Parts: sequence; C-alpha cells; structure tokens
Amino acid sequence: MPKIKAPKHPPENDMTPFVDVAFLILSFFMLATKFKPDEPVEVKTPSSVSSAAVPEKDAFMVSLDKDGRVFVSMDNPEFKQVLIENLNKTRNLGLTNAEIKSFINAPSVGVPFNQLKSLLGLDADEFKKVRQPGIPCADSLGGELNYWVRDALVAYSGRKLNLLIKADNSTKYPAFKNVLTAFKKNDQNKFLLITAPEDAPTGSALYVTRQKQIGGGK
Amino acid sequence: MASLDTGGGDDHGKKGPGVKKAKKLSTRVDMTPMVDLGFLLITFFIFTTTMAQPTAMNLFMPKDVEKQEDQNKVKESGAFTIMLSKNDNVFYYEGLDPTQLKSTTFKGIRDEIIRKKQSTNPEDLVMIIKPTPDATYKNTVDILDEMTINEIKRYAMVDISPVEQELIRITEAASGN
Repeated sequence: MPKIKAPKHPPENDMTPFVDVAFLILSFFMLATKFKPDEPVEVKTPSSVSSAAVPEKDAFMVSLDKDGRVFVSMDNPEFKQVLIENLNKTRNLGLTNAEIKSFINAPSVGVPFNQLKSLLGLDADEFKKVRQPGIPCADSLGGELNYWVRDALVAYSGRKLNLLIKADNSTKYPAFKNVLTAFKKNDQNKFLLITAPEDAPTGSALYVTRQKQIGGGK
Repeated sequence: MASLDTGGGDDHGKKGPGVKKAKKLSTRVDMTPMVDLGFLLITFFIFTTTMAQPTAMNLFMPKDVEKQEDQNKVKESGAFTIMLSKNDNVFYYEGLDPTQLKSTTFKGIRDEIIRKKQSTNPEDLVMIIKPTPDATYKNTVDILDEMTINEIKRYAMVDISPVEQELIRITEAASGN
C-alpha cells in the first residue's frame, strides 16, 4: 500500500478576497470619517427626539462640563479675531499679537479674564494639558460670559449667529441657567441645545405625526 | 500569505546554443506589510470616526418682562406645573395651587401629560416647567423633549418659587429621600 504523503508545506490559502474587502472598508472609513473636534472636556450630551442638524457655520458654542465649568468656542477664525480684539480693548487684557493668534488657534477657552493672558501664553501642548477653571458666570448678569456673548454678537454685527449650548448629562440646572442668563442679558432668546439623536417613542403624539408625514410624503 | 501570482509562463521556443537561459525570477510580491498597514489604518479610522452626528434642539426663552402685569396670564384650568427635583424625581400639580403636588417619575409624567392634554381645552393648556437647583441638565432636556413628544404647543421654563421648593423638600423628607 502506498503511503499517503504528508504535504511538506502548509496549504497556501488565497487571501486576495479578504484583502479586497479590508481595503474596501478602509476606503469607506477614510471617506466617511469626520474627526472628532478637539475638546478640552468630555461632554456626554443627553438625547432628544429632535432631528434638526447642528449648524456648522457661524456658531458660538458654550460648553458645560459635569462640574459646571463653562467654555466658549467659535468656528470662524475671522470673527474670532474680531471678538478677541474687542475683548482685549474693552477688558484691558493686554494681549500681544502672538497671544491673539494662540486664541484663534485654540479650540475653546474657559478661563476668567484675569487668567486669559497666561493661558494664551502657553504653547499648544501645555494648553491642552492645563486644567481650565471655566468662565465665571454665576451672577444675575451672567458674569464674564455676558461679555463674551456681547462681543461675539458685536463681531457678527447683525449677521446670523447660531448660539449653541452643549452640556453634560449630569450638569446641574443652575449652571445651565447661568448660561441662559448671560444670553438673555444680551437679548438673545433663541438657542440650540446639542443632543444625541433618538427616536420618538412608539405610540406618542409625535410618533403618529411623523408616521403621517412619512405616509404623506409618498 | 496574500500574494500576487503572475507566474512566469513556460519558455517558448528554443534559444540558440550558447544563449544562457535567464534565471527564472519569482514575480510573487510579498504583500504582508501592505496588508498590515491597511489594517492599521482601518483600526485608526474606526476609532477616530464619529458616526452619529449630533442633533440640535430648539429652545426659545421668553424675554424678561419687568412689570408683573405685562406677563401672560395662565388660566387655572389649563395650568400644569412640572417640577424637577433630585434623583430624577418629578413633581407636578394642576391648576395654581402648589399644595396639591403629586410625585411621579420621568416614565409616569408622560401619561399625566397625555391625560391633561386630552382633558383640557387646547387653547388653555400651558405647561410650566420649573427645574429645582438639584435637577440636572439631562432632566431639563428630557422634560423639554416630553413637550415635543406629546406635541404640547405652549410651555414655559421658569424659576421655581421658594414656596414650591419648600413643599418639595417636605414631601421628599416625608418619603425618606
């Protein structure tokens, strides 16, 4: 009886389809990805049924973390520059050009005015590491946030500015109210709260309306 | 391993004598490093990507009115006040008498809102939301969301009065919270 020859080499399996799929996934992620914006604090937003998209342009965002620290950020560098130059003048911050540039590049800031100069003096790596105490806004006028909002509105000078508020699940209500106060003192009564998407609960009035809209759209 | 096999074909035709046969070179390319890099990139993109885009919820606050008489009046039959307290507790009362307050949770409040909506003239119905200092931002968004879910057209978010806060404190103390 002839002996069955044991194969000398392990069988080579063709990995081409596997690699094809892998690269397909890779190209999908590369095209579909949108990087998480650099944020100084982690904010877990609550979910809501609203489906409106967050405007990407002309936004002035106030972020609140779970301890109630307040941060501001803006997307448009041009207006950011106007804002910081205004603040520099009106609040006597004494910022140098380099510090103004540092502000424009910073994703968001959350320090009282008297610490702003030293914060902006840091280089980019230290800036990320330093723990910012948040903008004070706990008085009946909205504290220093009031001035931030006022000068942001001045920078936009009548053009539409979207006021976004992003707060953490466990932020206490008074912190949120202080932010609202700061906006209200500047006659701003329309806000957008950033939330995670969620479906309307089955059977609720909104659910019925949405079902009808889907049906009517056909 | 992943490889391309383009396999050299057999030599066609005989070369003349003295012509040395070129050594058959393997055209197999080792694709391992490329695949490694590919997977590294996949992992990178999976971790950095944000899939669910956040949504925006509209919030309109009323202008501050200085004079008491300029403020909108609420009909007693249509008023429904919701107060948010600590530990996700919800208190509510109908009409304008805070001593009638009842306790519920975020699950229970929807039924109460629906009941009130059905039993009240839609033109009179006004929901008043009063978060206490113990309420979280999530509670606030949740209750505003309830308004959207149940299609309540008129609602307002106002500050809680000391009387109501005291009532909540007593009620919570009584129930052992």
